[in-house]
Amino acid sequence: MATIYIDNKPYVVKDRQNLLQVCLSLGFDLPYFCWHPAMHSVGACRQCAVKLFRDEKDTRGKIIMACMTLAKDGIRISIDDPEAKKFRAGITEFLMTCHPHDCPVCDEGGECHLQDMTVMTGHTYRGYRFRKRTHRNQYLGPFLHHEMNRCIACYRCVRFYCDYAGGRDLNAFQCGNRVYFGRHEDGVLENIFSGNLAEVCPTGVFTDKTFRRHYTRKWDLQTAPSVCVHCALGCNTIPGERYGTLRRIHNRYNGEVNGYFLCDRGRYGYEFVNGNRRIRGPLLRGPGGGEARPCTRGEALSRMEEALHTPGRLIGIGSPRASLESNFALRTLVGKDRFFSGVSERERKLSAAALEILQRGPARTPSLHEIRRADAVFIIGEDVTNTAPIMALTLLQLVPCKKVALARSLQIEPWDDMSFREAIQQECAPLYIASAAPTGLDDEATRVYHATPDDVARLAFAVAHVLESGVPGMEGLPENVSGLAGEIACALKEAERPLVISGIGGGSLSMIEGAAAISRALRSVCGKGELSFLFPECNSMGLALMGGRSLAEAREVLREGDADTLVILENDLFIRDAKPAVEELLKSAQHIIVVDHTHNRTSERAELVLPASTFAEGSGTLVNSEGRAQRFYRVFVPDGDIRESWRWIQDMISISGRGEAAGWKVLDDIAGAMAREMPEFEAVTRIAPPADFRISGEKIPRQPHRASGRTAMHAHTDVHEPMPSDDLDSPLAFTMEGYGGQAPPALIPRFWSPGWNSVQAVNKFQQEIAGPLKGGDPGQRLIEPAEGVKSASPDKIPEAEGLRPGEWLLVPLYHTFGTEEMSVLSSSVAERVPAPYLALCPEDALSLGIGEGEAAELIASGEAQQRIRVRYLKGLPRGVAGLPVSLPGVGMIDLPQKVSLVIPAKTADTGKV
Amino acid sequence: MITDEEKKEIRELMSHYATARAAGPEALKIVQNHRGWVSAESLKAVAEMLDMSCEELDSVATFYNMIFRKPVGRHVMLICDSISCYIARYDMLLDHLNRTHGIRMGETTPDGRFTLLPAACLGACDHAPAMMIDETLYGDLTPEKMDNILGKYQ
Ligand code: SF4
Ligand code: SF4
Ligand code: FES
Repeated sequence: MATIYIDNKPYVVKDRQNLLQVCLSLGFDLPYFCWHPAMHSVGACRQCAVKLFRDEKDTRGKIIMACMTLAKDGIRISIDDPEAKKFRAGITEFLMTCHPHDCPVCDEGGECHLQDMTVMTGHTYRGYRFRKRTHRNQYLGPFLHHEMNRCIACYRCVRFYCDYAGGRDLNAFQCGNRVYFGRHEDGVLENIFSGNLAEVCPTGVFTDKTFRRHYTRKWDLQTAPSVCVHCALGCNTIPGERYGTLRRIHNRYNGEVNGYFLCDRGRYGYEFVNGNRRIRGPLLRGPGGGEARPCTRGEALSRMEEALHTPGRLIGIGSPRASLESNFALRTLVGKDRFFSGVSERERKLSAAALEILQRGPARTPSLHEIRRADAVFIIGEDVTNTAPIMALTLLQLVPCKKVALARSLQIEPWDDMSFREAIQQECAPLYIASAAPTGLDDEATRVYHATPDDVARLAFAVAHVLESGVPGMEGLPENVSGLAGEIACALKEAERPLVISGIGGGSLSMIEGAAAISRALRSVCGKGELSFLFPECNSMGLALMGGRSLAEAREVLREGDADTLVILENDLFIRDAKPAVEELLKSAQHIIVVDHTHNRTSERAELVLPASTFAEGSGTLVNSEGRAQRFYRVFVPDGDIRESWRWIQDMISISGRGEAAGWKVLDDIAGAMAREMPEFEAVTRIAPPADFRISGEKIPRQPHRASGRTAMHAHTDVHEPMPSDDLDSPLAFTMEGYGGQAPPALIPRFWSPGWNSVQAVNKFQQEIAGPLKGGDPGQRLIEPAEGVKSASPDKIPEAEGLRPGEWLLVPLYHTFGTEEMSVLSSSVAERVPAPYLALCPEDALSLGIGEGEAAELIASGEAQQRIRVRYLKGLPRGVAGLPVSLPGVGMIDLPQKVSLVIPAKTADTGKV
Repeated sequence: MITDEEKKEIRELMSHYATARAAGPEALKIVQNHRGWVSAESLKAVAEMLDMSCEELDSVATFYNMIFRKPVGRHVMLICDSISCYIARYDMLLDHLNRTHGIRMGETTPDGRFTLLPAACLGACDHAPAMMIDETLYGDLTPEKMDNILGKYQ
């Protein structure tokens, strides 16, 4: 610890920090632009000037940049010094000379860091009377709007986009007063983290283009704490609504999870909530199928009663994208043995295995924050960039511990960003990737190994054996592979915090077991190492914890005639299983009830469709890949009969004349019932303050105290203000009245603090800058490894994969934009979705005589044949083909599996079909 | 689009650097020597050779004033507008040029003969006002002297 003096008062602060960070952590309002809590200092803007004094006798002092100065023990500075203040006001004035002063028409207005800092420095009158330089703006794709004249040249955008997120198609051009930030010509910004520029840029240069289409000032947005539903990481978000439509998603800082950033899938996927495929009221369909007709809630309930009248004839299919509460309600309705988890047999098996490994230990599943500290990583079979984007962003930041020590020996701290990058010479922590297909992180990897899933698993087991006994100890391992195994084992062993990542995405149990074997070996030999498994969807982990049988077993039950009524919860079965299998399942049910928020091929088959809320209109709990249960809250009250799925299912339980759900008045009740029934969910009851929590007797308002439209919103129908809807489920209110101070961390509806209107207000909510939120980061971990290492079952090492000629091993491929069910329904994301394709390595394609863009017939056993265009993918192993299986337009196939390919005879003219 | 000759020179240049991208500024100069300026197509071709994105290379190209990203005349005339030349009335030269050739700073004569650009110090203060045409430095200029010199460049 160090004692520093700020305006002659002593403060005890952490060692080795810079003065700006220290001052902000202490709660001072010191203006800044170029410094960013995650990207640190470069000293580019000169806005954070303070006075530094030699000792207590020094009265003159000198101006220094706080962000570039170490807060050494005994240092004396002044923030209030008149010269420092004048200097800061001068800097703002200087940065603003060419600014167009167009706040009224700027999307950043009202939540602009430049506005805040201008007010904070006191530069209120403009002295500059000359011509301003102007720029041409660029088209940057569907996500960002560009307005270059507002730039103050802080360089945050390039530092985020290139240095932090690894993007290469944005940069700074020219110099001096003409400096320009953009692409070399108009075009789509390709990096999947580009949307963060809207939050990173302190001005209105980069703003959210989708928000612009239905723009509202921040002070008129109704917001609530939420959780992203587009992958299993569960990044925390702040969705904003007005007039019944969801307007945008902002990042919600959670020190343990997403920190300061979101990926573009999470930021822009929200448009499905407003989409025209939403189910907005109950629908009934006659026995013969056909068009469904809207019906009243009463009609829906009586149809429900008919369908449910025979007890014991019912089965329920849950969903990895529905909340814990909704899945639990369904499980209660149908009973434990008749609850099916709604995923394929393969996914159920892999999820259960991964979960068991994590529960058994000894390796622990790290949070994203803990992953940030890893210093050697081995990824097995998972395309992290495309299945869990923010984890990939985290992995891009890893630095070997020894490099940090080296920099420190040169008196360079990691927060001194440019010097630190220079000192470590861009050396990243060792990153090894073994997978069946190329992944988004391959370019960043120390070494990559592409082979069939079984061969990848063999490499993993070999690494484990090297760790344990020094040799791979496996028959028939090629020399290069055993060499690689040795190298990886050595890197993991040398690291202080080695990390192994695998997941369900590769579709291979052997790969998961291989990953587990390495982490076991690391733990037992070196006593270190963490293990992270990526799950596919926002609540896949929750569903795995809840258990439930697979879809194939549901089919079996129906086929045997043990059930005739199917209740399907938020699940399109056609993306789970091959079409013939799903058809069989649906056909063998007499009654199908679907509760969902969006129409899909499954809801089209239901005789009764009940409108469910999305994450924005309902509250619930999701469990992320780490095993962290997180609460999301309803942002706004939907029109009509849309409700949380569990409330519909509660009706079903009561209609069947049963009492279990009678006590479920609010969310806490059902969460409590779930915890009593399944103790693994006990922590869910502690996830957030209960619904009756109040501060000074008041609820926490979802609307900011400056909401300006409140009395005008309904003025065209009634000048009286309508009674706000009540939210029984949470301590949040749908009004602007209520407790005005900071809410407990799980309930923060937006970041705002007096004088801090932009996203940077988050500084005021943290215990220290970039540290945990005051009161602790929200969420409760449900998985901790069991005490003491239990002996594991012996390794099941797969045989080396032999492929017969004419036989192809088809493996799954993933796309950030395209292979996630809900985000592809968002119009902005849809622009980035690739057309369906089958990937072959160029050599294989050549030997098949098939050109890029030509079609092939894909034949998998027991599944419908599909015709699909071929794309070359360098890095695929010979004999392996790739299919982005959940891409719109691609038929579901259980992968990996062996398939055959037929190249249709080319028509004479083009060779195209 | 660059010629094999340019490629050869760039490749030779790259062999002197530890990383390909370090050759960026000099590679751009090679292209400029051959063509007078660096077009978007040439930039793209060089970027590919150096394994850089267009943005990365263009940020270098546009940073340097003497890498031309727009076509220039056959001869580039740099007139010093720094303090010594300012005191020595370089503005008279500018006015004269404007009268005789119809161009101001940043402009090119309609016949494509000259492009006039400012330079912040040519290091010839002792001979102010000074200018440089292509690679040749001229000092102690007067309008008459200037006319004579310009006549040499067609
Ligand atoms: S565009 Fe924004 S982030 Fe980039 S330099 Fe300008 S003000 Fe800073
Ligand atoms: S990484 Fe996943 S959870 Fe995070 S924002 Fe992206 S899609 Fe959402
Ligand atoms: S914040 Fe310190 S110089 Fe920009």
